[in-house]
Amino acid sequence: MRRSDRESRLHDHYLRHSKKFPNVWCAGCGIGIVLGAIVRAIDELQLHRDDVAMISGIGCTGRMPVYVDFNTMHTTHGRALAFATGLKMVRPDMKVLVIMGDGDALAIGGNHFIHAARRNIGLTSIIVNNYAYGMTGGQYSPTTPTGALATTAPYGHIEQPFPVVELAKASGAAFVARSTVYHIKELQKYIVQAIDKAGFSVVEAVSYCHTTLGRINKWGTAPQMMRRLKENSISQSQAEKLDEEERSSKIVRGVFVDRHIPEYTQLYDQIIKRAQAAEVAG
Amino acid sequence: MSKPKKEEPNAQLMQGDEACAEGALAAGCTFFAGYPITPATEIAEILSLKLPQIGGKFIEMEDEIASLAAVIGASVGGAKAMTATSGPGFSLMQENIGYAVMAEIPCVIVDVQRMGPSTGRPTRTSQGDVMQARWGTHGDHPIIALCPSSVHETFDLTIQAFNFSERYRIPVILLMEEIIGHMRERVVLPDPATIEREARLQTTVPPDWYKPYENYPTDVPPMVPFGQGYRYNITGLHHDVRGYPTDRPDEIRPWLRRMRLKIERSLSDILLYEENNQQDEDGVEILVIAYGSVARTAHHAVEMARKRGSKVNFLKLQTIWPFAEEVVEHAAEGINRVIVPEMNLGQLALEVERVLGRQRVHRVNKADGTMLRPNEILAAIEEWTR
Repeated sequence: MRRSDRESRLHDHYLRHSKKFPNVWCAGCGIGIVLGAIVRAIDELQLHRDDVAMISGIGCTGRMPVYVDFNTMHTTHGRALAFATGLKMVRPDMKVLVIMGDGDALAIGGNHFIHAARRNIGLTSIIVNNYAYGMTGGQYSPTTPTGALATTAPYGHIEQPFPVVELAKASGAAFVARSTVYHIKELQKYIVQAIDKAGFSVVEAVSYCHTTLGRINKWGTAPQMMRRLKENSISQSQAEKLDEEERSSKIVRGVFVDRHIPEYTQLYDQIIKRAQAAEVAG
Repeated sequence: MSKPKKEEPNAQLMQGDEACAEGALAAGCTFFAGYPITPATEIAEILSLKLPQIGGKFIEMEDEIASLAAVIGASVGGAKAMTATSGPGFSLMQENIGYAVMAEIPCVIVDVQRMGPSTGRPTRTSQGDVMQARWGTHGDHPIIALCPSSVHETFDLTIQAFNFSERYRIPVILLMEEIIGHMRERVVLPDPATIEREARLQTTVPPDWYKPYENYPTDVPPMVPFGQGYRYNITGLHHDVRGYPTDRPDEIRPWLRRMRLKIERSLSDILLYEENNQQDEDGVEILVIAYGSVARTAHHAVEMARKRGSKVNFLKLQTIWPFAEEVVEHAAEGINRVIVPEMNLGQLALEVERVLGRQRVHRVNKADGTMLRPNEILAAIEEWTR
């Protein structure tokens, strides 16, 4: 199948025609690229749309689910993982994708993030990290680099950013990967692996916000910021050759965690069996 | 001492929190998410034991915000779902209560009230969350809140809460009190076969035709759980009939109207109350309106007053939200004095005053963590009789 044919088939099959496009994102935004990678990943896995739920919180990234023809839910700020936990528990057979921004997942929803990872419940979290609160106009977020300017950091940002991968790893996630919106194929591959993983999986999709943080910090246009993702990111094997200081200025891409830990809803099924056996035994 | 009652085989000594858990199970609840908090923790403990026995699911979440979120998620997945908390946790749940109202997701939120504000007194009773149950979440919205006055009524109203939430696609708040939650009483629960359980409304249209938020066939459109072939969008934003976000006033107005009407048109179903009127209906001087545990104290006081010659009518409200305006108006017809005893500084009294006017309404309030005693209400009745 020609590439254009494949793309138009994906459009027809996965995008909601009753929803009037265009989308809410600024021209040049990376969020649509992540959505494209998710749709292609789901297509690659040949999942039935009825079996896929896409749940989001609030913010630019939170607006993603409404455009795609799955079971979609746009919840409250930071709570998408908690909503998804309830759904996954009663419908463990469904593939539940949780789409969050960095503020959504790590600030207001940070507690839910570490606890969902600790439980290792079978949710696929995709964090679009644009280093800022975009929808409200470029305030600093938990991933904003130290020293950067933001509309709420007019004198420069003094906090350290959360390392998303390390946080997910330490909290107990079964699968953790990172790529960027420049590396579309790699991002798609990691999303496929994440959805396929039985436990709690995290994919950090590094993006940018050219209309807020990019403009304030004079980081350039969307293409220029995209080029920086290409030039400034390295694989894990490349990272190993660098010392810590050199590495800290780079975006390291790759799969950082892929481990087998019993998944929560499967463990709960055992609880049910135990409870029912105990009841029969009296 | 009165003679012990004849032994009933199914009689049991039960705590209010336990009756709530049993009521939930009887109503068909298969999912509970919660966070430990006095005086509601027993509900979670019991359901963690009993839900898996029937194939249901229990989870202790990281906080009350997550608890209600998980409950809403489970309801979207097709389960009848509940959470239980007390004041501080109820405060944390407010945003997601609004979400459930906006997205019209059935769920039950139990608030076993304790003294507030803030941490207050965790083991002391209160009716301090009455207004919070009505207006705790932001924005104009309908809500249903029920108030049990006994252990048995806790069982009954928990079932009713589930039934209303499914029937009207709305979060229903069961407003218990510490004194009800922790009190043990003799109860005889009904035969499970006789209990009415509201099933979720099913759609009759194929997926392509399904609109989750249209006023068809009634003001309460059927809600299809996720994963059954009806792929649609749920959002806390204002939305059109398909659930897609909208800014258009012409799409928002019908939603607002339906939200109001789905409750207003069904008041005769939703408003639960009991009247206990003076046998001799002429010359009734006083009406006492109460709810929750205070309704029992008040009833006792009313009977004491009647024995002493006062002419008193009594109205017990089980549904406190929506407020039973017409019921109160009707009950107070021709009566000059209306007494509203509450274990707060006067919350539902504000509603009674709104309906009947301030001149006719006399408040009896206690908010120190101890229960109102019959004598305190009796004193008010007698003061106003004179």
